[in-house]
Amino acid sequence: MSSLQNPTAGKSEPSSAKLIATLSFAGLLSGIIIVLAFEATLPTITDYKARMLRQAVFKVLPGVSDMKQMVYRDGALTLSEQAQKDDQVIFGGYDQSGKLVGYAIPGAGPGFQDTISLLYGYLPSKRQVSGMEILASRETPGLGDKIYKDLAFVSSFETLSIDPEIKALKKGKRSKPNEIDAITGATISSKAVVRIINEANQRWLPRLEQTPRLGNEE
Amino acid sequence: MPKRKEDAYQEFVKGLWRDNPVFVQVLGMCPMLAVTNSAINALAMGGATFFVLVASSFLVSSLRKWIPRQVRISTYIIIIATFVTVTDFTLEALVPTVHKELGAFIPLIVANCMILGRQEAFASRNSVRLAVVDALGMASGFLFALFTLGAVREILGEGALFGVSLFGPDFEPWVIMILPPGGFLTLGLLLLFFSWIKERKQKLEQRLAQLEGETQ
Repeated sequence: MSSLQNPTAGKSEPSSAKLIATLSFAGLLSGIIIVLAFEATLPTITDYKARMLRQAVFKVLPGVSDMKQMVYRDGALTLSEQAQKDDQVIFGGYDQSGKLVGYAIPGAGPGFQDTISLLYGYLPSKRQVSGMEILASRETPGLGDKIYKDLAFVSSFETLSIDPEIKALKKGKRSKPNEIDAITGATISSKAVVRIINEANQRWLPRLEQTPRLGNEE
Repeated sequence: MPKRKEDAYQEFVKGLWRDNPVFVQVLGMCPMLAVTNSAINALAMGGATFFVLVASSFLVSSLRKWIPRQVRISTYIIIIATFVTVTDFTLEALVPTVHKELGAFIPLIVANCMILGRQEAFASRNSVRLAVVDALGMASGFLFALFTLGAVREILGEGALFGVSLFGPDFEPWVIMILPPGGFLTLGLLLLFFSWIKERKQKLEQRLAQLEGETQ
């Protein structure tokens, strides 16, 4: 059965050139296979990511029927389909008449275990957050993951005033329109979500205010 | 011929039960503990490992005459890593949500000592047919173990199986079961159970032998 033992066993040692050739050939073949697999799956993967992002934009901006990608470059916000890797991107949401309703703004920051990245909707006319969707997180299962599993927490971002800034308070203490209930047992994760949104607001709101409403002109 | 068939059967059952890579050999503990917090994650991880192990065993066994001894381990790793990377891309394209949950543990299949162990201990010394059967057995054993752990942890930790609630809203989930300590607890109890079965079987056999001796 095991006739295998090495064919070189009886003979002299194989030369280094043969060893190098074997490994290089294996590496080359492996590289080609990996590139082929990458090329074959890339379209599906990018498609899926784009679709998830689209869904998230429509979720955080209710009543929106169209979205356009915007890029912040050289102190100005411009419509742009193609974003470079380091570009700061947000999404404008438009209603059926083509009027700009609000922006979907991505944000990311440290959570309890790893970076939380999320997308939230912002309505400039009301100065309100209109929804929040967690895109990626690795919070503790059963506790921290309630930031997207606990519907009461998620829906508290649907009409949330941003002035002067959003605050997460212990459950039952909220009284003002800019406050939300933190999740019991996941205070750090809840506060992280709020902090990410506040930081993104600080960065984006001044830029949005000095920009003409893109889309109205169209 | 029947003899050969029996051999193959033995090789298969060996991995599934008698030499189960997890419960008996205690190999592959890293993915075992890390991704078994739900049944579906455990199945996906088991499936990915299954594919990598069977495909690598097949290739290593077919190429065994051409791989020089001195560089065999590096060659095995290249073969395994290639299959793992292909699996990684495929899972990301086909089941993105599961892929997100498994995260870094898919690439880490490369370092699963069970896979490299099978190449070195079995596939590189046996015919392609036996190597594949052995890999099928070991991979099924691994899948079985992962699924058992994942199912137990999900049932107790979330009161659900495959996301379907089992006990209704009144069940207070044991959150600890889906956290890392729950993995160690469950694995420990399962190992205990398996060695208990083994010991009982040994005692039974001893007594049988004794009885036979007495009657003679």
